[in-house]
Amino acid sequence: MNDFVKKFIERIIEGALMISSTVTTLTVLLITIFLFKEGISLFNQSPLEGDNIITVSANNKVEHISSAQIKNIFDQKITHWDELGGKKDSIILFTFNDLSTYFSDDEIGANFELLPHKIDSLVSNTPGIIAVFSKKYLAPNFKGKIVQVENVSLTQFISGEEWFPTANPAVQLGVLPLILGTLWVSLIAIVIALPIGLATAIYLAEVANQKMRNIYKPIIELLAGIPSVVYGFFGLIVIVPMVQKTFNLPVGETALSGSILLAIMALPTIITVSEDAIRNTPRSMKEASLALGANRWQTIVRVTVPYSISGISAAAILGIGRAIGETMAVLMVTGNAAVMPHSLLQPVRTIPATIAAELGEAPKDGIHYKSLFALGCILFLITLVINLWVDYISRKRSNYSK
Amino acid sequence: MDINTRKRLAENTAFWVFRILSLGVIGILFSILGFILSKGIGVVNWDFITKMPEDGMTKGGIYPAIIGTLYLIAGSMLFAFPIGLMSGIYTNEYAKEGFIKRFIKLMTSNLAGIPSIVFGLFGMALFVNGMGFGDSIIAGSLTLGLLVLPIIIRTTEESLKAIDNSFRHASLALGATKLQTIRRVTLPMAMPNIITGLILSIGRVSGETAPILFTVAAYFLPKLPTSMYDQVMALPYHLYVISTSGTNIAESRSMAYGTAVVLILIVLILNLAANALRRYLGKKYKIN
Repeated sequence: MNDFVKKFIERIIEGALMISSTVTTLTVLLITIFLFKEGISLFNQSPLEGDNIITVSANNKVEHISSAQIKNIFDQKITHWDELGGKKDSIILFTFNDLSTYFSDDEIGANFELLPHKIDSLVSNTPGIIAVFSKKYLAPNFKGKIVQVENVSLTQFISGEEWFPTANPAVQLGVLPLILGTLWVSLIAIVIALPIGLATAIYLAEVANQKMRNIYKPIIELLAGIPSVVYGFFGLIVIVPMVQKTFNLPVGETALSGSILLAIMALPTIITVSEDAIRNTPRSMKEASLALGANRWQTIVRVTVPYSISGISAAAILGIGRAIGETMAVLMVTGNAAVMPHSLLQPVRTIPATIAAELGEAPKDGIHYKSLFALGCILFLITLVINLWVDYISRKRSNYSK
Repeated sequence: MDINTRKRLAENTAFWVFRILSLGVIGILFSILGFILSKGIGVVNWDFITKMPEDGMTKGGIYPAIIGTLYLIAGSMLFAFPIGLMSGIYTNEYAKEGFIKRFIKLMTSNLAGIPSIVFGLFGMALFVNGMGFGDSIIAGSLTLGLLVLPIIIRTTEESLKAIDNSFRHASLALGATKLQTIRRVTLPMAMPNIITGLILSIGRVSGETAPILFTVAAYFLPKLPTSMYDQVMALPYHLYVISTSGTNIAESRSMAYGTAVVLILIVLILNLAANALRRYLGKKYKIN
């Protein structure tokens, strides 16, 4: 009987252990669900803020308008209807802010009760007008035409070059500058960090003696342990002014500052992973090379590094992954201008920095909030691909060495 | 120059370049630590760590931020340590080689690779909004707990894997059950390394900012939390706020240096402790 109880308890504990081993899988699944649920609901939604509608006069041929076109009309980059496929009339913009230039207070009425009628006659009497106003001021038998605004689409989201998520009346959700900013900063960081990291890894694995290794290892571990916000603070106080002075710039918060800082932060990952890879080179291969008369340097260049190249590339990819996802340090030193990057000496903005800077101000379930979750989805997918890639490389490696 | 001299010259040059570059890496660490410590160590005194912030966070101390970070460490570890430990034990001791084990491992490494800001987004969507905790210690702790879960699982797994199978076989041969073997033999032997992993993940939790931005961190809160549904200030977020968006960046600079010093000291002490423990207990059990 006692034995039975014991076995029963053992089974229960084993079950509990099994359940907890599913937690990571479950978390990845939940992250996917929650991120994508919010992110995907962004699409097929109108980019208009609030309950605004856009109307034109009844015989205007334009039926559809995109949010980029709306912005260009507001910025007076589009001034004639023929640019949108309409007639030659020039565009006359009417928004709620222009109310007093069109109508007197008496005409509108104290509680705007006469406004629907006024707007109605303005729109039907002005051929070139485009009127943006709230749906509640639409007259019952409106004689103008409501223009359809194109919904937010995935292609526009990825390829759009303007990021104004709170613009009025139509938000601009182009994330290309953010994606490019992220890639620029991270790739340059790895270009800086890889040679230094690889040199250190080779030194630790092949050149240094055990005593030096015992000194270096904890220091590199410590470098990995420093919080990113401390790196950001250091970057803000040391690297940013340094970059500003060296290149004589108006501001030091640039892509380059971010890359330098990220390079420092990526070093521990690159060193540790590539050192492991180099150390895994079979002794027999190295000894064969040495026996043939090659010295240690030739052995490193011709045997050790080529043999461990996939591990070294895994280190580089992991480093890029870290750099792409890094938030606080980048947020503090890159200046966060959401423009297409043209030079390393300009402010740029990365995807994580955008989420961190803007989510606090985005009203819940609004279009801005959803677009930040969509950015999170992009980030999640990028890192997922990187992880699977590294897993693939290391699996191929272990098969190879068998 | 004959070929042997050239060979030796190339080797010497290359090795010296390596030495100098690796010294550079060490130099970077020491310049970061040295710079911040030299500027900030004067700010850190008893008042600084036991007083509330004053005058728009330009004077006073960082007491509530320290307490907040301690709560977050406790909360996240309470959640992540048992689950991580159990998960690590299962994957290494029970799961059979094959698809499921590989899948669990792949998911663990995927979770480890997800950027911390994505954890922040997720924590906000699930714990703050979905489960209705609001910005609170519990929401922040759960988010941070998920973040360090892979670290704990991995160290548990690796420490268990390092134990020679002969110990397990000896215990089983004496008639112990599998669970008894784990409890009395394998786990005690693996514990030093597991504790090291725990210490390092505490370091990670105390320094992470992005996951707590939207789940718990308060800009300024001159009182201590009374329940797990309260917001708190936290050290890393405090440093971020006073060095970038405070009302008076120039005047709060010395507070920022002080906060950075406290953060660095925490990480430094935890790292030293982890190393010392690893060395001491490693000698004791003759495994490493």
